[in-house]
Amino acid sequence: MAQVKVVVTLKPSLLDAQGRVVQDALHSMGYANVGQVRIGKYMELEVTANGKGDLNSEIKEMCDRLLANPVIENYTFEVVE
Amino acid sequence: MSVIAPTHEDSRLSLGGAKPRFAVVRFPGSNCDQDAFFTVRDVLGCPVEYVWHQETSLKGFDVVILPGGFSYGDYLRTGAVARFAPIMDSVRAHAERGGYVFGICNGFQILCEAHLLPGALVRNAGCKFVCKQVHLRVENADTPFTRTCKPGQILRIPVAHGEGRYTCDDATLLELEQANRVLLRYVRPDGQTDDTVNPNGSLGHIAGIANARFNVMGMMPHPERASEKILGSADGRALFESLMLALK
Repeated sequence: MAQVKVVVTLKPSLLDAQGRVVQDALHSMGYANVGQVRIGKYMELEVTANGKGDLNSEIKEMCDRLLANPVIENYTFEVVE
Repeated sequence: MSVIAPTHEDSRLSLGGAKPRFAVVRFPGSNCDQDAFFTVRDVLGCPVEYVWHQETSLKGFDVVILPGGFSYGDYLRTGAVARFAPIMDSVRAHAERGGYVFGICNGFQILCEAHLLPGALVRNAGCKFVCKQVHLRVENADTPFTRTCKPGQILRIPVAHGEGRYTCDDATLLELEQANRVLLRYVRPDGQTDDTVNPNGSLGHIAGIANARFNVMGMMPHPERASEKILGSADGRALFESLMLALK
């Protein structure tokens, strides 16, 4: 059983409306040193290798098809043990 | 293509011959399915059936409506999970054989996730759920979805969404604009575009687009909620009446 950690972020070119609200909140709390804030998603998947092929390419396929939308998001993932 | 304008706001289009058969697809979390169904059956007088998302056939239907709502709880991204519902293969096949597909609000989001329409719908620029009447300008009245409208006509139709900001890459936007595939744009009541009346920060004030063949359309505003005068506006009916002529 492998654990896969997936991080999905909005593409840099896209306005992150939520991130801007958090940035404004941090500023109003006195953290004037905070620049841009971007909010993403973190997912943990428990995956069993199915023996059909490379786990990395299978995870990539999952990301491309469902976990991220390539039109608006970027992703990275890491397979732990 | 001839433009048929309703003569009176509450008039019913009376057409001889066959009427198109409509399907309203229901996903878990759809909540505008009954409004769409009512508009087709009671306002248009056309045959309509609900189709559950687990079904796999759309045989015999001319127009498929993907209604508004929060399919699968909007988990992950709006429309992301609905896109893989069993019925979606049939929706794709229906579109490929030239059948009409009309996505409203969440239906638009699902069509983008399914790549039946380009681009994506993301969180409103102001982060708020926006629920109000807006004005839309008909940018292309020569399509199966808008043929009962006049070019440049202003429609008053409500929006109700938290994630309706249309976005796409520059090449896609250029393609949409050059091919007149932007069918509806958010405007002021006088018909001019203005950032202050763009309810969600949509790129190019885009409210609704079509695919390259003009048989698939998605829009964030709710025409089914503006289908009778008693609802505050009957302007949305024009889109359904256009589809009624689909078989003509």
